[in-house]
Amino acid sequence: MAGMVQKDIKRLSLYLLFAPFALWIALLIVLPHLGMFYISLREKVGPRVYEFGFENYTNFFLEPIYWNTLLRTGSMSLLVTALALVLGFPIAYYIAKIAGNRTRGALFLMCLIPLWVSDLIRAFGWILLLRETGVVSSSLQWAGMIDTPIEFLYNDAAVIMGLVYTVILFMIVPLVSTLDGMDKSMIEAGYNLGGNGPTVLRRIIIPYAMPGIVAGCIVVFMLTAGSYLTPILLGGKNSSWFTEQIYDQFITRYNWESGAAFGFLLLAFTSFVVWAGLKLSGQTLNSTVANN
Amino acid sequence: MKIRSTLVGLLAATAMSVTAANAETLRILTWGSYAPDALVKKFEKKYPDIEIEVTFSNNEEMIAKLRATGGAGFDLAQPSHDRIFAAQKEYNIYKPMDLSKINTDRMTKTHLDGVKANTTIDGEVYAVPHQWGTSGLMADKSKAPDFAGWGDLCDPKYKGKTSMRLKRTILLGTAFDMGEDPFAAYADLDKYQGILDRVADKLIACKDNIKAYWKGGDDLSAMMMSGEIVASETWDSTAYKLYGENENIVFVPPRTGALAWIDTFTLPRKGKADDAAYKWINFVLEPENVKLMSASTGAIAAVEGGKDLLPADKKAAVNAAFTDADIENLKFFANIPPGVEDMEGKTLEKIKAATGSE
Repeated sequence: MAGMVQKDIKRLSLYLLFAPFALWIALLIVLPHLGMFYISLREKVGPRVYEFGFENYTNFFLEPIYWNTLLRTGSMSLLVTALALVLGFPIAYYIAKIAGNRTRGALFLMCLIPLWVSDLIRAFGWILLLRETGVVSSSLQWAGMIDTPIEFLYNDAAVIMGLVYTVILFMIVPLVSTLDGMDKSMIEAGYNLGGNGPTVLRRIIIPYAMPGIVAGCIVVFMLTAGSYLTPILLGGKNSSWFTEQIYDQFITRYNWESGAAFGFLLLAFTSFVVWAGLKLSGQTLNSTVANN
Repeated sequence: MKIRSTLVGLLAATAMSVTAANAETLRILTWGSYAPDALVKKFEKKYPDIEIEVTFSNNEEMIAKLRATGGAGFDLAQPSHDRIFAAQKEYNIYKPMDLSKINTDRMTKTHLDGVKANTTIDGEVYAVPHQWGTSGLMADKSKAPDFAGWGDLCDPKYKGKTSMRLKRTILLGTAFDMGEDPFAAYADLDKYQGILDRVADKLIACKDNIKAYWKGGDDLSAMMMSGEIVASETWDSTAYKLYGENENIVFVPPRTGALAWIDTFTLPRKGKADDAAYKWINFVLEPENVKLMSASTGAIAAVEGGKDLLPADKKAAVNAAFTDADIENLKFFANIPPGVEDMEGKTLEKIKAATGSE
């Protein structure tokens, strides 16, 4: 009898613990997505008149502007991910394997500090630095390296730099936590067996860090492809970002139907890229993101 | 113990919300600077049982917000006069106004009649005017003295030194500059599409001439003040602000006429505090309150003698910008028929995606 009660209490507490999470998923993720999916399947025929169909999706494929923007967003996000990896890996390696215990904390903190300010403020910081009358251009002029002011802002390079700056931390953290677990003796053994620097990096360190690399890349890619502020504020006349396209559909054009369809297309596209990345690197979600 | 204190807390919270319900809340959805603190405090002092909650937004987002809830969540909204008719027809987000509850004789007759004509559906009026202003050009007179028309933004003389906002205003302005009347063409959407296509060609060819598209008053001001650009499409209030800092920067009504908008008062369909909303409307129509409001918004109130109720510096800026002939020449934004937003949106996308003329 007592055992039964004990069991019931256990079960009840499990349910109670699980309830907030289940509610979160159901109310804030699943339900809104179902609503969006429903909207994305409505075709507008006239004021307050709708029909069901896939027109919003076919429109995307028939209009080159849309899929070009998506491809552009995707390829630029991949570039940002690659740059974040190349720049982040040495930093993570230094923090995890070379720095002493005390400097480690300080270095980690330095990586974190930029995150204490909002995206918007950071973008404005870049604007102040890069604009034609900004800090970079005027100091170059002052140093006599250029004669006329140069505009560094409003181009794709500025967007990529701003994005890398925003997301690099999300690359460094998983890398540090993976590299942290690697025994230094593995590297020593590599050298003892006659390997040189590049070989040790390629055959020992990178394979070991692979789960961290893939986890970092997934997070960074998703964040970049879904970012809105940085590309809008730093981008130029020709640089469209897909999230901007979605905003325009919803807000400027009052076209929630195709905005919702675009949202799902972005979700499908990024999911596909992540899936392809996992397949290519031979990893699974369990061994990477879930592992951290 | 813990549970009990939580319960007490919950009870206290409920009790508080009950007392809060006794005091009426007026939820206003409006433009930044359209509900200055001083005015809100003054109103709450006059009507101690009404509490004001302000949400700042813009035309498109106001309509999106109201559309999402079918017109709930706010008691008073202030979209521009051209954003009411079609939005009401399509999404049913406003409710008719009872003009007998508003001191309409304080309002300028032309503005009141204009807004009424624009927002009457089945004999019911859905909006009354509040403030009006224009969109046009601004130029630094010391660097671009001859700047006079929308098309000058694309003049190679100013290559890399002009800016515009990639929204519907520049489409309309460019259409007027090409000798078209886009508002008249609203009646024939095929004709309007033809105009839009030609406007798009012109603006795509013009891309090379533009330094960047501005997105808000702040980045536009920064570009203009730093001298990175010498002329731009602008809202008049932004130009007036800059005139206060640098007298060379003036608002230029384009030779084809500045585009005029009237921001209105409307009641969202599921608003719950209509009486409080009417009280606020009448309150901000009082001359001394108009002064406070115009000082904050930089726009001219749609009341008799509205221009004289502007603060001195803004009045100087208006006088430097407009002659009486310019005022005569104003082109008021025409009602946007259903579907036009989509056509214009598509045109803007085409311009943004084009890679310029090189």
